[in-house]
Amino acid sequence: MNTGEAVLALERVAVTLGERPVLREVSFRLEAEQFCALIGTNGSGKTTLLRAILGFIRVQSGRVDRAAGAVGYVPQKITLDPGLPLRARDVVALGLDGARFGTRLPSKARTARVQQMLRAVGAEEFAEQRVGALSGGQQQRVLLAHALVRRPKLLLLDEPLANLDVGSTAEIVALLRRLSHEFGAAVLLSAHDMNPLLPAVDRIVYLANGCAVSGKADEVVRTEVLSRLYGYHVDVLRVHGRVVVVAGARDESREALERDPVHTITVP
Amino acid sequence: MMHAWIVATLVALAAGCVGFFVVARRAAFAAHALPLGAFPGAAAASLMGVNEFWGLAGFSVLGVLAIGQLQRVGRREIASALWLAGALALGVLLLNLSGRYAQSVYGLLFGDLLGIDTTQMAVVAAFSGLTVALVAWVARPLLLDSLSSELASAAGGRASALEFAFLGILALSTAIAVPVVGAMLVFSLMVGPASAARAFTDRPWRALVIAVGICLVTVWSAIALAYLTNWPVGFFVGVLSSFCYVAGRLRGGTTALAQVA
Repeated sequence: MNTGEAVLALERVAVTLGERPVLREVSFRLEAEQFCALIGTNGSGKTTLLRAILGFIRVQSGRVDRAAGAVGYVPQKITLDPGLPLRARDVVALGLDGARFGTRLPSKARTARVQQMLRAVGAEEFAEQRVGALSGGQQQRVLLAHALVRRPKLLLLDEPLANLDVGSTAEIVALLRRLSHEFGAAVLLSAHDMNPLLPAVDRIVYLANGCAVSGKADEVVRTEVLSRLYGYHVDVLRVHGRVVVVAGARDESREALERDPVHTITVP
Repeated sequence: MMHAWIVATLVALAAGCVGFFVVARRAAFAAHALPLGAFPGAAAASLMGVNEFWGLAGFSVLGVLAIGQLQRVGRREIASALWLAGALALGVLLLNLSGRYAQSVYGLLFGDLLGIDTTQMAVVAAFSGLTVALVAWVARPLLLDSLSSELASAAGGRASALEFAFLGILALSTAIAVPVVGAMLVFSLMVGPASAARAFTDRPWRALVIAVGICLVTVWSAIALAYLTNWPVGFFVGVLSSFCYVAGRLRGGTTALAQVA
């Protein structure tokens, strides 16, 4: 159930890395419990946008407003050292108090909370195993539990479906959808392939050309909307239940773009 | 001899604690570069008639600052190598300026445990205690940062501050370990036992305690063997640490094979 209160609001955000403008003007908002996919091709600025939301990199202009409280984050491509003596259970516990200095004796409440989170993500059976020795799908579950254990209002996931097989992808998407409701967290999940997410998401933020379109999937993933975003004609095709975005000719649409430059498009 | 046992025990306590994070953070080269790069400081202190420990500590701090700054624009290995090259060049110059300190420098490079007096022992005790306390204080954020600096940053930690803290603790522990095993071999006391400990448990804090235990057995055995053979303590520390690592690897391999079977 959406409350209408913004957990995350971006307004005309621009980010430049070195000399390269990665994001030019990105605006969208995310409400409590919304499950939102951040879609874009490789190099479109998805990771940069997530890092800007987290405050890892400075925003050149515009505003990023986050609701107070913890933010859960699952980064892209963590290489977990299989030799590191760290169980899945320990990784989840570090999500609870890993940033705290000083010593602390183990408590029953802490142990119970970690156990509850392991159960919620279906990681109980490999909780005692070294996290670096787990499969990609299992590691994603553990990192998800790590991110959720402080019960954040906002959960950011950077390409969590990359390198997962079809079965694991469907499982993780279903799990995220369920946990979003269970924990009342808004989820912003980046991916370059929108197809596994389309049946599950409430909204899409489509990133291209340094700009963004946001709205419901069937309102955003349309030929005319994405053509304006890309700055040239693209075709949105539906093939065997899958959505494919195909690039068209650049020159003819460039003239149209110059007449009517695109920035952020928000589909209501 | 009693001084030697006490100092070796104190150094092993600190080295075991810090070594766990050296291995977890894959910072073995930094653990080699910091003490070796600090040796010109001891030579300079010796030239000026100051306690060598302060020279070591001073150059260790310089090493931390240099590596910390240099690795902002490059990898830690490259930063460590650059610092090491510069410091060794300075060490050669200092050696050249004063040939009469050759014996002292030999002790700094390869350890001179039997030459430790009561004052040095008090300094080692104080700084060992400080090292262990600092490790206990920063252990959890450092462990999370060792797993992933992005996860640590998302949890509110500052990766660069944690790296400086780690290098500072590393410098402190190596500065106090140099008189025991020497600048050349100090990193072996940190890397060997901590690497071996990883094969005995999947729990982080248990691995840290095991690393300390292996460090203690290593230095005690090294002193006993040095006493019996009249060979350098540093030699036995290096050999026993390497043996621990090999034994740990063999055990890890055996455990992995048993799990597969």
